[in-house]
Amino acid sequence: MQESPSFKRELLATLPSLRAFAVSLSGRHDRADDLVQDTMMKAWAKQDSYQMGTNIKAWLFTILRNEFYSQMRKRGREVQDTDGAFTERMSVHPSQYGVLDMADFKKALDTLPPDQREAIVLIGASGFSYEEAAEICKCAVGTMKSRVSRARTRLQDILKISGEADFGPDAVSSQVTTHSLT
Amino acid sequence: MKDKSKMNEMSVPRQRRTDDGLGPNSDIGAKLRAFYGAVQDQPIPDKFLDLLEKLDQVEQAAKRKGN
Repeated sequence: MQESPSFKRELLATLPSLRAFAVSLSGRHDRADDLVQDTMMKAWAKQDSYQMGTNIKAWLFTILRNEFYSQMRKRGREVQDTDGAFTERMSVHPSQYGVLDMADFKKALDTLPPDQREAIVLIGASGFSYEEAAEICKCAVGTMKSRVSRARTRLQDILKISGEADFGPDAVSSQVTTHSLT
Repeated sequence: MKDKSKMNEMSVPRQRRTDDGLGPNSDIGAKLRAFYGAVQDQPIPDKFLDLLEKLDQVEQAAKRKGN
């Protein structure tokens, strides 16, 4: 059987993205890593049901998502707390956005209902098409679109972003203008 | 072009959707990708690599036994 080495390689290549999806879903790094680990074992056990050459990323994301919801059900609806470790990690990561900005965004993302959160992440960050995302979440393409749209609107509301830049040059330039006149 | 339902179903996956407000000029889209990218860019933890090796070894061993 020649399938194993290549399956292993493909699984490995998908891990970073799978992990980012797990963090987005669970909101916590420790739980996300458990989730990824469980997903790896599940995927390995049923690798025969994966057809080489098809979209392994979508296949793995589906397994991880199923795992997440089944764990949620087992655990009951416990309150999600925010992840202090995450913000810490973020602070060492160079990013074009400030650390506070990133923490605010994560907090906002965590307030979304899970179906909207996964939708906007799959479409906006994981790089899936609406069709693929709908397949992963077992919903209609139209449902996926409306979830993404609701998620985006809600994030904009929470973060008070109008869609355009929220700090225009007006304040500064008007000051400068006034200054130069005096 | 206005036949949206068909156009969207048929579009190439990589093609950027223009109607979801998450494109390159979208603030929410950029923040989302920064957040996601920050996790994605972290090195893969050793425990994952170890697990993968272990799974592989167990399988190889099982195969040898089977043959």
